[in-house]
Amino acid sequence: MTTAVQVKKLTMVQAVTDAMRTMLEEDESVLVLGEDVGKNGGVFRATEGLFEQFGEERVIDTPLAESGIIGTSIGLAVNGFRPITEMQFLGFIYPAFNQLMTHATRMRQRSMGRYTVPMVIRAPYGAGVKAPEIHSDSVEALFTQIPGLKVVIPSNAYDAKGLLIASIEDPDPVLFLEPMRSYRSSRTEVPEERYSIELGKASYVKKGNDVTVLTWGAMVPDTVKAVEQFEKNQKTTCDVIDLRTLYPLDKETIQESVEKTGRVVIVHEAPATGGVNAEIISVINDTAFFFLKAPIQKVTGFDTPVPVYSLEKEYLPSSEKIIHAINTALSY
Amino acid sequence: MLEKFPLTQYISEDGELVNPEVKEMLTLDVLKLFYEKMLRARMMDKKCVNLQRQGRIGTYVPYEGQEAAQVGSALAVEDGDWMFPTYRDHAATMTFGHSLRNLLLYWVGRIEGGIPPEGKNIFPPAVPIASQLLHATGVAWAEKKKNTDRVSLVYFGDGATSEGDFHEGLNFASVFKTPVVFFNQNNGYAISVPMEKQMNSKTIAQKGLAYEIPSIRIDGNDIVAVYMETKMAVDRARNGEGPTLIEAVTWRYGAHTTADDPSKYRNQSESDHRRSTTDPLLRLKKYMKNEEIWDEEWLMTTEKNITNEINTALEEMKDYPEANIDDVFDNVFEKPTWTLEEQREQHRLIKRGQMS
Repeated sequence: MTTAVQVKKLTMVQAVTDAMRTMLEEDESVLVLGEDVGKNGGVFRATEGLFEQFGEERVIDTPLAESGIIGTSIGLAVNGFRPITEMQFLGFIYPAFNQLMTHATRMRQRSMGRYTVPMVIRAPYGAGVKAPEIHSDSVEALFTQIPGLKVVIPSNAYDAKGLLIASIEDPDPVLFLEPMRSYRSSRTEVPEERYSIELGKASYVKKGNDVTVLTWGAMVPDTVKAVEQFEKNQKTTCDVIDLRTLYPLDKETIQESVEKTGRVVIVHEAPATGGVNAEIISVINDTAFFFLKAPIQKVTGFDTPVPVYSLEKEYLPSSEKIIHAINTALSY
Repeated sequence: MLEKFPLTQYISEDGELVNPEVKEMLTLDVLKLFYEKMLRARMMDKKCVNLQRQGRIGTYVPYEGQEAAQVGSALAVEDGDWMFPTYRDHAATMTFGHSLRNLLLYWVGRIEGGIPPEGKNIFPPAVPIASQLLHATGVAWAEKKKNTDRVSLVYFGDGATSEGDFHEGLNFASVFKTPVVFFNQNNGYAISVPMEKQMNSKTIAQKGLAYEIPSIRIDGNDIVAVYMETKMAVDRARNGEGPTLIEAVTWRYGAHTTADDPSKYRNQSESDHRRSTTDPLLRLKKYMKNEEIWDEEWLMTTEKNITNEINTALEEMKDYPEANIDDVFDNVFEKPTWTLEEQREQHRLIKRGQMS
């Protein structure tokens, strides 16, 4: 006998809330901490209703201090709790970089497993919402370089719930980046029940034969749009893969697709140099080098700070640039 | 502010009891315990400096002169409480139960060196400055949420009070009323920068005022003052009355580290002078002599026992199994990622000469 799965159509930010509510209900040790996460329900309403439901002992408005939020959460995590901390914007995490780099991610090794830090840091990020400067930074590569930290980015509501639950369950620190532009741009069917999506696994957004397009976050819908535009009146088709976890990367899925297509385009809105694109190219080099028919193309932001909003559209990879990269890969 | 935060003393530099109320508490056993623990810390420190000079351990961070501050405060907490040391607080951790063998292992660059014995809640020494104040606050906050009466005791130096994490730690502790004792050892210098260049404040204790945290300034070379005042702060924390900031004014005789030359930035004759006047062990000895309970024979036996203990630890350190590279890969995540497994395997094969 099967039970019908109750689903509802949620935006991504609602799915994030749903994941936190699910885990707060299930596990007494789960806490939510951050600036404005309590009464206000978060600046993006990601924690809406949680304060009312779980009270100030579990959904905690903290002082405005990023290092303080992450530093005290390390102590809470070591001593039996599972804190979910919210950075109001990823661009505000810089004062807490020290806690992340020198303690949260090293505690397990420095104590040979005596002390562990099962915490999640949630942070909205990315350009395209007309936010003031610093609010739109896409600096995921700063964090994929930190040993001991997993970096997860959902691109839709279904994945957001499953990946966030998996991140909360993870016994180690996870940086969970939420593309602001995708918070409310679409709705996806999300089961009401608890489910998780294994970290480190990419997903095919669409399948094709000739080019592998790898991307994540808010660039996933943009990329799909560009690819659909490209594929019109053409015989050539693309795999579009949402990487979902940037550390560790899903080596198998990348390899599988590149072996099939032999041509690769990587799309990300972060700056080009030292970006995650470079690590993906390294993975392809190690796993599918002899299958390549063309140099790997990349479409990225510039090596500049993300511009203020009058210029942010120029910065973000456009359909035009993505299609140009696909054509370059095909015509080599 | 100096008047507002006077230096609290229980025993004067001449070994006279300033606060007669504690006379009853100062039994012979207690005094001997204080002295023995300080002597043990000093002998261990001297041994480590010598080992470094002989090239048998790496760069070392000495604390000689700060024994009363560390030992007195460490004796004020009990099993189940939490201690957050810096790299200079071995006198505190060894008093709280850290093994001498692991202390030595720490300085020969072994991960094991940062690990306390089972059942002892001691964090690995914090190398970044002031960051551990937040961990102490978070751990104490967790204890409060769990409704226990356990407390955190966290150490930091005068330079740490310039860091943002010092202020964030105090602020969080104050807002959430966490059971934490902030124990500052003010030894006058942040490496080479003297206190008057580090801050315009006359005291560190006064910084607690901004956070409505009870704060005191004590003679950090007077172990009785350190013990009594820390114990009161610990008791307050245990009773749910929140955090305390303690500034223990002390002096470090030697260098910041064995790689450092203090004669470049301070007059070393000051250290010699302090050795013969304000030294924490000398002070207690003077008091015990004044009380006519000083026992030279006991001292000799105690010294001999400590020497044996240190030598045993040294032997254990030497005989300790070789460092294993697997410990590096195994403890980054609960389950190593594929990248770690690949790197480990490749490393192993190349070492065995099996890579073509």
